[in-house]
Amino acid sequence: MTSQAAQASPDTRDETPATASGRSIGSLVRRPETGALIGTVGVFIFFAIFGGKDFVTPGGASSWLNVAGELGIIAIPVGLLMISGELDLSVGSVVAASSMVLAIVSGFWGAPVIVGIALALALGAAVGLINGVIVTRTRVPSFIVTLATQFALAGLTLGFSRLLTSNVSVAIDAGEWGHLLLGQLIGHQFEVAIFWWAIVVVVVGWIVHVAKFGNWIFAIGGDLESARAAGIPTNRVKVALYIGTGLGAALVGVMETILYNSAQVAKGQSFVFNSIIAVVIGGVLLTGGYGSVFGIVLGTLTFSIVNQGIYYTGWNADWASLILGVLLLAAVLMNNTFRKMALSYSPSAPKAKKGRG
Amino acid sequence: MATTQAAPSTATPLLRLTDISMSFGSTQVLTDVSLEVNRGEVLCLLGDNGAGKSTLIKIMSGVYQPKSGTIEVDGKPVVFRSPRDTAAHGIATVHQFGGTFPLMTIGRSFFVGAEPEKGFWPLRRFDRRYANETAVREMRQLGITRVTDGDRLVGGLSGGERQALAIGRAVYFGASILILDEPTAALGVKEAAHVLRIVMGARAKGIAVVFITHQVTHALTVGDHFAVLIRGAKAADFRKGEKTREEITDLMAGGEAMAELEAELEAYENAHEGHVPQIG
Ligand SMILES: Nc1ncnc2c1ncn2[C@@H]1O[C@H](COP(=O)(O)OP(=O)(O)O)[C@@H](O)[C@H]1O
Ligand SMILES: [Mg+2]
Repeated sequence: MTSQAAQASPDTRDETPATASGRSIGSLVRRPETGALIGTVGVFIFFAIFGGKDFVTPGGASSWLNVAGELGIIAIPVGLLMISGELDLSVGSVVAASSMVLAIVSGFWGAPVIVGIALALALGAAVGLINGVIVTRTRVPSFIVTLATQFALAGLTLGFSRLLTSNVSVAIDAGEWGHLLLGQLIGHQFEVAIFWWAIVVVVVGWIVHVAKFGNWIFAIGGDLESARAAGIPTNRVKVALYIGTGLGAALVGVMETILYNSAQVAKGQSFVFNSIIAVVIGGVLLTGGYGSVFGIVLGTLTFSIVNQGIYYTGWNADWASLILGVLLLAAVLMNNTFRKMALSYSPSAPKAKKGRG
Repeated sequence: MATTQAAPSTATPLLRLTDISMSFGSTQVLTDVSLEVNRGEVLCLLGDNGAGKSTLIKIMSGVYQPKSGTIEVDGKPVVFRSPRDTAAHGIATVHQFGGTFPLMTIGRSFFVGAEPEKGFWPLRRFDRRYANETAVREMRQLGITRVTDGDRLVGGLSGGERQALAIGRAVYFGASILILDEPTAALGVKEAAHVLRIVMGARAKGIAVVFITHQVTHALTVGDHFAVLIRGAKAADFRKGEKTREEITDLMAGGEAMAELEAELEAYENAHEGHVPQIG
């Protein structure tokens, strides 16, 4: 087989006279995150100009990186799920529920912090498992299933918090180690969540784009029946991805709780739509089968820069949502264009060469 | 692979369906269909739209379980519970729609579910270079020379190139039975001819091919053995040369309809001194 491959490559080469620059343009156009990169650079330049010099100081950077760190930890697994063709709208309630679990177990009852953290993460994984099993067994659209768990879990969290603590917010001190690992501000401004996000990006990026598992996710989102026919355990992969979003949301809940020394039952609901916006701006196709981890990172940065940049412009912050809405639409249109270019791109097609001239 | 062509009448058929029936709810889609597929032969499954061809091949490929009837592979009875089961028996199916992943690269889609890896655990990596080279090489062997870059997206290929990719994949993974659902239906004349040539190449390798079509010309070009489905029942089963094109067309249209039309035409011609009616 190796010898055959070796034979095949020389004559493969002689038919591709594409120059080095032709190749690099081709590979750029074919990446799902090209549109997202333009978006991130665009909004950064925009706010660097209109946000004054405070925006480009470490303090300015920390304001949007802190938003990006927390959102990113949720957006990465939500993005993978979207690539596999599913949605998860329950992340908001998982953030709230995991915060309350940690605060009640370790704050209100006084159990060791590690126990509270373990239970909070276990709750996230359990919600993911339930979502995944219901979605794969019943074939009810995941939009509905996770909307249902989002509401059900919000109700459970509120109900149990009132029942157990007669309160909707609970204080907790996670101690030295808890703060150091999960809730400190590095240099008094950068949340440690940014570094956890970086770890998630590297590990998940490897799994999705370098290891073979990623191929399964793309195949499932591209054509579920064919993926199953090819021997991919599609249901198990989807359940694993749901457990991933549950764990991501729970980790963010834990970190927010430790950082602010308290948990509130209504926390985290903004993550539901913000994660979807970040993922879609990042070039992931809402219907599945296309996207990249790097794109999701860029989408998260774009979202965070707009979300925080507005405060540096001196304009009324009420306009931030308007900018985000317009940006979302523009990003989707741009990503569609790039996807079409990726589909029609071929190194030997004369069109591609003309375009470079 | 041995290509000695055993006389089909004496050898055990590679795939045999006996009295297969299928219904969805109260609609009977297939009634007592029996078929035999031999090594190195092309069985053409003919029938009008809605005759039940796709349903029959979904049964052969484990997507549906029949309501009754038996399936034998190489003389041994089998029950297909899933498409994975059939793959384990060497059956590969290229479904009418999809079957390839439009937004995946050629190399990645070629190896879906059987990804080549390199490196050491736990840092094993998908071997993109090997995947791309193999996919491009297999397509080239099927006469697709315009595709040289395994990083291109499948959705950017023409219909014929996509069929070649899917067939090349099946052959590469050692399929002994290849089921093609209307592979030429959406193709232009040239591309259809190319796919037919690929089908003949697969037959020459000793692969048993089930070729579904409603285009009689395509069937006659590659078929060794023909079965006609009408409203879910097998209306005819014959070998190459046993029936003319007209007879087959008649059969597919359900016989009566064509006969009626011919009678009408004849009556018209008689009444108008041999002129056929003007269309439009
Ligand atoms: N999943 C299904 N549920 C109900 N009816 C079906 C289903 N699949 C096919 N049918 C019906 O079975 C008949 C045969 O369909 P099909 O096998 O696709 O025919 P063909 O491929 O010959 O055009 C059609 O009338 C179709 O409507
Ligand atoms: Mg059909």
